[in-house]
Amino acid sequence: MIQTLFGSPEAKPGLLERFQKAVQSTRSSLVSRVEDLVRGKTEIDAKLLEELEETLIAGDVGVGTAQEVLEAVRGQVSRGQLQEPSRLKSAVKAELLNILKQTADGLPRTVVPPVVILVVGVNGTGKTTTIGKLAFQLRAEGKTVLLCAGDTFRAAATEQLEIWGERTGCEVVKQRPGADPSAVLFDALTSAKARQFDYIIADTAGRLHTKVNLMAELEKMRRTSQRIIPGSPHEVLLVLDATTGQNGLQQARQFTGSAGITGIVLTKLDGTAKGGGVIAIARELKLPIRYVGVGEQKEDLLPFDPEQFIESLFS
Amino acid sequence: MRGAGQQHPGSEFVFENLSEKFQRVFKTLRGEAKLTEENMAEVLREIRLALLEADVHFQVVKQLLENVRTKCQGQEVWTSFSPAQQVVKIVRDELLELLGGTTARLKFAPRPPSVFFLTGLQGSGKTTTAGKLARWLQRGGHHPLLVSVDVYRPAAREQLAVVAREVGTPVFAGQSDARPVDLALAARAEARNKGCDVLLVDTAGRLHIDEELMAELVELRDRMEPTEILFVADAMTGQDAVRSAEEFHRRLNTTGVVLTKLDGDARGGAALSIRSVTGQPIKFVGTGEKYDNLELFHPDRMTSRILGMGDVLTLIEKAEEVIDRQKAEDLERNFRMDRFSLEDFREQIRQARRMGPLSQVLALLPSVGPFRNVPKQDVDDKALVRVEAILNSMTAKERVRPEILNGSRRRRIAKGSATTVQEVNQLLKQYDQMRRMMRSMSGRMGKKALSQFAASAPGA
Repeated sequence: MIQTLFGSPEAKPGLLERFQKAVQSTRSSLVSRVEDLVRGKTEIDAKLLEELEETLIAGDVGVGTAQEVLEAVRGQVSRGQLQEPSRLKSAVKAELLNILKQTADGLPRTVVPPVVILVVGVNGTGKTTTIGKLAFQLRAEGKTVLLCAGDTFRAAATEQLEIWGERTGCEVVKQRPGADPSAVLFDALTSAKARQFDYIIADTAGRLHTKVNLMAELEKMRRTSQRIIPGSPHEVLLVLDATTGQNGLQQARQFTGSAGITGIVLTKLDGTAKGGGVIAIARELKLPIRYVGVGEQKEDLLPFDPEQFIESLFS
Repeated sequence: MRGAGQQHPGSEFVFENLSEKFQRVFKTLRGEAKLTEENMAEVLREIRLALLEADVHFQVVKQLLENVRTKCQGQEVWTSFSPAQQVVKIVRDELLELLGGTTARLKFAPRPPSVFFLTGLQGSGKTTTAGKLARWLQRGGHHPLLVSVDVYRPAAREQLAVVAREVGTPVFAGQSDARPVDLALAARAEARNKGCDVLLVDTAGRLHIDEELMAELVELRDRMEPTEILFVADAMTGQDAVRSAEEFHRRLNTTGVVLTKLDGDARGGAALSIRSVTGQPIKFVGTGEKYDNLELFHPDRMTSRILGMGDVLTLIEKAEEVIDRQKAEDLERNFRMDRFSLEDFREQIRQARRMGPLSQVLALLPSVGPFRNVPKQDVDDKALVRVEAILNSMTAKERVRPEILNGSRRRRIAKGSATTVQEVNQLLKQYDQMRRMMRSMSGRMGKKALSQFAASAPGA
């Protein structure tokens, strides 16, 4: 970009103009932009790659990751492995896919029920909604699910979970507002154990990962779970909002530190946000993306499909 | 009980990294007297990276860097600057300008109740903001009524009811199966009946591409004619911020933005993106989970947050001291030209007061003029405060032409500054002596005194 900012004399006005036109509309899709770039060029040059970097950044992939991916592709170009501009896009896709596939495997371990799932995240990412959808899915598989109203802080959070309980036919364990979330979890765990539920899904209050006290509260919930059901929680899901930008990585780092994240749920992918930030998370923390949220209905939770996700980054 | 919570040590790490990066660049540039395309490119490259990492939309970044580049090229390098400092200052000024210099105010309807909408994507913090805004309005002497027209999300209306109870404001419950428009209309009637002067309408979170729900908002707006349509946006939002903000604004003509969750460690570049696509001011920021945690937006704070903190800011401040020094040089010229007015005097005192503890400041002040009789070791801050108060109580005309200060004007000034006419007289006498001395100065002695004076200005 910098070169173009300084108006390097070599710049072909035709390409620059086309590029500017291409990026003028934020609504124009990434794929058409990339293809615009590719079509007019017969060979891959640095400028083209730089413009591709910009399009990756637009998908919230992040500068660092975008540069790493493009560096790898650049290497292929300089080694002569990649000469056709038309193959550029697929080379970038392959690199991104590679990052996503190097995460820990998403297969759940075989455990003695109840399986304990803790759902955490910052405020407003869609934890409670995700729990409702997850419960629906498990119920459809014929499992028994107990919901734990661990968000005792936010106004009417328990009521919200109770409505999801009704919709999915799941019991909800709750206490009064302001109660210790670990105490609610304790009740739920004891009850689920005694009554042999297959699953227990615990909601937690949204918290910013920078609040030390609140992060310690999650550690306590983990300990409580471990004490009642050794080896639990079996799954700690970080719910991440797809509209979140570069802060997502910081969230994943801090929540992994305190709550021991085992997987990610990427919500609100039905909007225009691409959620590219999870690639940086996968790269650094090797955290698998388990599900994606694509709407407000109980069916709107899909298993994560890396190929499809990468495709959607480019569409 | 949820405490305010300390900042996690890890959160500072990001900033440190960033300022280290800047520092590295500055070091390589230090000592260079001129801005060249090469060294500009390096600073701008780092700034581009910083802005993108802060989630500023890439097109906004591009535009910004173009503006900066143009400005840099049109300017001579100030002798006392390093080129990098100058570039950063220009960047910062550009960011400040983009974020809007003035504090935005809420607009009320000529005939109450004023209707305010809270709109935005799911989970941006509309309901919490409604509670905070209700408290804000209460503190300003208003009587807000809250109503939730979110008939979609489970327990959304219950949530607002709990919020209202906690804040201590009335809430309009309405029928459980009512349509949003009917709820809002009924709430407005209720506000009139109850004598509430503001109706805060908490709308359902929706995607900007959800045609049905966006149309619902448009209908709601047309029926309710709100004076404020606030777009509530999460400070952690990434590149997509421009699309949602643009679309909400296009459909609704939003009047302002509330940026939430700023108590986290997100750098908040979305603020720049949203501001530049909607042109609407950011009116408030949410800085915590308590209902008091709503603050007016400060463009300067946001600028340093987005750009990176620590050393960068210090550098810019240093740069500004240099500018102040240039002002002092102007002052020196005025002396020479025998035009040392009370206006200049006040400017000097202001600069002096900005520098910190008075004992330190006085050590730097000239041993001439009003301060020559002041013992430098043992002086209280009030002396300087009083002098400034007296000067502030004068009109601009009086400061430029002190000779018009008759008895009546002096009495007014004394009253206005909570001092006595004697003190006003004393100040004017000292000023007069100072000016006469300046006038009589000539040759080497005069120059020495002048350079001494210039050296006393901040930044020297």
